[in-house]
Amino acid sequence: MVAAAGIPMNDIPFLTIGGGMGSFVTVDYLRIYGVPTSQMRVISNIDHPWQTYEFLTRCSQIPRPERIRSDSSSRPDNLWGFPSYALEEAWKEKKVGYLWHILTEPIINDYWTPRAGTVFQCLEREAKRINYWDMLVKGQVRMVRRRVGGGYFTVVTPPEGASPTKRVVFRSRFVHLAVGYPGLKFLPDLQEFRQRHGDYQHVVNAYEPHEQVYEFLKTRPGTVVIRGGGIVASRVLQRLFDDRERLNLQTQIVHIFRTFVSGSHGPNAWSRRKGGDGWAYQGFNYPKSVWGGQLKAEMRKLDGEARAKKYKAMGGTNTPYRRRWQEQMQAGREGGYYHAVQGTVERVEPSPDGRMTSYVRSKDGTIRQPVSDYIIDCTGLEADIAEHRVFADLLEYGGAFRNPIGRLEVERHFEVKGTASGDGALYASGSATLGGYFPGVDTFLGLQVAAQEIADDLARRGFCRKMGPLRSTSQWFKWARNSTV
Amino acid sequence: MVPTLFGRLQTRLFLLATVGLIVTLLIVPILPGTEGPLGDLYLSAILVLAMVAVLGLVWELLYHFLMQFRWEKDWPTLFGLLTLIPEGLLLFFLLRSGAVGFIDPAPPAAAFWTHFLVVWMCVWLVANGPMRVPFIRWRFRGGRVL
Repeated sequence: MVAAAGIPMNDIPFLTIGGGMGSFVTVDYLRIYGVPTSQMRVISNIDHPWQTYEFLTRCSQIPRPERIRSDSSSRPDNLWGFPSYALEEAWKEKKVGYLWHILTEPIINDYWTPRAGTVFQCLEREAKRINYWDMLVKGQVRMVRRRVGGGYFTVVTPPEGASPTKRVVFRSRFVHLAVGYPGLKFLPDLQEFRQRHGDYQHVVNAYEPHEQVYEFLKTRPGTVVIRGGGIVASRVLQRLFDDRERLNLQTQIVHIFRTFVSGSHGPNAWSRRKGGDGWAYQGFNYPKSVWGGQLKAEMRKLDGEARAKKYKAMGGTNTPYRRRWQEQMQAGREGGYYHAVQGTVERVEPSPDGRMTSYVRSKDGTIRQPVSDYIIDCTGLEADIAEHRVFADLLEYGGAFRNPIGRLEVERHFEVKGTASGDGALYASGSATLGGYFPGVDTFLGLQVAAQEIADDLARRGFCRKMGPLRSTSQWFKWARNSTV
Repeated sequence: MVPTLFGRLQTRLFLLATVGLIVTLLIVPILPGTEGPLGDLYLSAILVLAMVAVLGLVWELLYHFLMQFRWEKDWPTLFGLLTLIPEGLLLFFLLRSGAVGFIDPAPPAAAFWTHFLVVWMCVWLVANGPMRVPFIRWRFRGGRVL
C-alpha cells in the first residue's frame, strides 16, 4: 500500500527517534557492541545530539564554562565512565586540585561536577569516532505503527526539498524512542497572564531564552520574582547575584517557594533529606543509589501503587548544597535584597506602574503582593507525554499504556509494554519513561543504564553480540586511543 | 559505584581474590623486616589477605547499616579509603594478641602495614574506576559481580 502510494520505503533494522542525548547514548552502546552504521538510523530534527541539551542548559544559565549538575563518572561519551570527567579535566588542565576535590566529595567539598563545555567536547569526539553523522536522517517523525509481518513502520516528514515526496517510511524490526521532554510546563497563573496580556517578555520560563531580564537589570534597578526551588532556580539566582556583585547592581529578588523546606525532612532517620532556607538539598536529580545501589534494586521489584509510593518518597524538587550559593544567599538575606517566602501565587496582574503584582498566600494566612519587573518560572521542563504526537498515537493505537505516575510504562529492559510486534520490539528511554522500574531515566547515567539494558536485550534477540569482559576491555582501549569501534 | 549489600560483599571478595592476590604475590619478597623461607612468608601473607576478606564480610555489614542513615544510600569514595584505619588496626591487634592462631608467627609490624596498605590502595583504586572497564554491568548492579 505504501509502495503503491509512491512513498519511498527504507529498510533499516534499528531506528532511533529523537537524535538527542538518548538516541546518541543508545547508538553509542550499539556501535560499541558491534552494530555497523548501515544497520541503524537516527531520525531527528537537530544536527548534533547535544543541541537541545546545550540550548536548555544555556538558557537556564549554564554556558559552556559553567558546571552542570552531574556526577563525574556519568559520561555519555564513555560507557565505562572511566576515566571520569574529573580525571580528564585534571589531566587536561594539569590541576591536581580536582583530584583532591573528587576524593573528598561530598564530605568536605561539594560534589565535583564537569563543565558543560567538557561534556560537549567529549560528545563531539565520540560522535565522530562512532560515525554518528553517517546514521543521521533529518526529519520529523509522525508516527510509529506496528507492521502485520512484525516490526514497525515509522512515518517521517523529511525537510522540505530533501525528498520527492512529503513523507518517507522506514520499515524496521526495532524502534527506539528518545524524544526528550515533550515540552515546557508553565505554571497555570503565569500561563494565564502571558496569554491574557500577550506579554511573553516579562513573564518567562527559565528554559526559554530570557537574557532580556539580565540586560534590563543592568540598565536600572529592578525586582525579579523567582518561582521554584530546584536546580534551575539556584542557577538563575546565581546569575542574578553574580551580576549584582560584578556590575554593582541594585537588583531585588523575591523568591517564592510553594513548598518551603526549613530543615531536614523525611519520615525517619533512614530516609531523611537535608534542607533549609526553603530548599531541599540533594547532590543530583535523584538520590545517588538510583543509578546502581539500593534504590535501583528496590524499585526494580515494584509495580503499581507500591512503585508510585516509592517515587513519591524519594521525589520532590531539590537542589545541591553548594557553598558558593550558600554564601551568596546569606549575603542577600543580610543585605536585604534576597527575600525567600513560602506561598502559593493565586494570580498575577499588571500593576498601575506598568509592572506586575503577584498575589501570594502563605500557609500561615499572610498575604503578600510583591511588585516586580520580571517573573522567572523555574519550576519545570515536564509536560504530559501525550503532548508529543508519537506518544499520543502509541497510547491510542499502538497498545502502549501509562505507568503508575502517568508516563510510558516500559519493561525492565525498556521495551514499551504492550507494543511488541512479531520478532520486533519498541523501546523508549529518557524522560517519557519516568515512573518505571528504573527511576533515574532523564539523566546521563540513566540513559546509559537504559541503553545497556536495550543493547543486552538486542543481544538476547540476536541483533548484536553480547558484550563480555574481554571485548569490553578491547573496546575501551579503542575509545582511549580514539580509534573507530 | 553505589553498593547494595550483596554488591559490597561480592566486590570485596572478588577484588581481594584478584587484585589483592596479585599484589600480594608481587610484594611479599620485598616486605620489610621479614625473614625465613619465602614459602612461609607467602603462606602467612595469603592468610592475612584471607583474614581481611573474612573480617571484611562483617565490616561490610556494619558499613551497610551505617549507610542506611545516608539519604543518598551511597558510600563516598573517601569512606572506602578511610575504612582502612579501623580494619587495619583491628586485624593488627588480633594478630599481635595471638587471637588468630593459624597465623603464627604474626608478621612484623612493618611487613603487615606495608602489605595491608599497598593491597588496600590497589583494591580501592581499581574499585574506583578500572573495574568498570571489563565489567560494564557491575556499577549498575550495586557492585554485584555475579
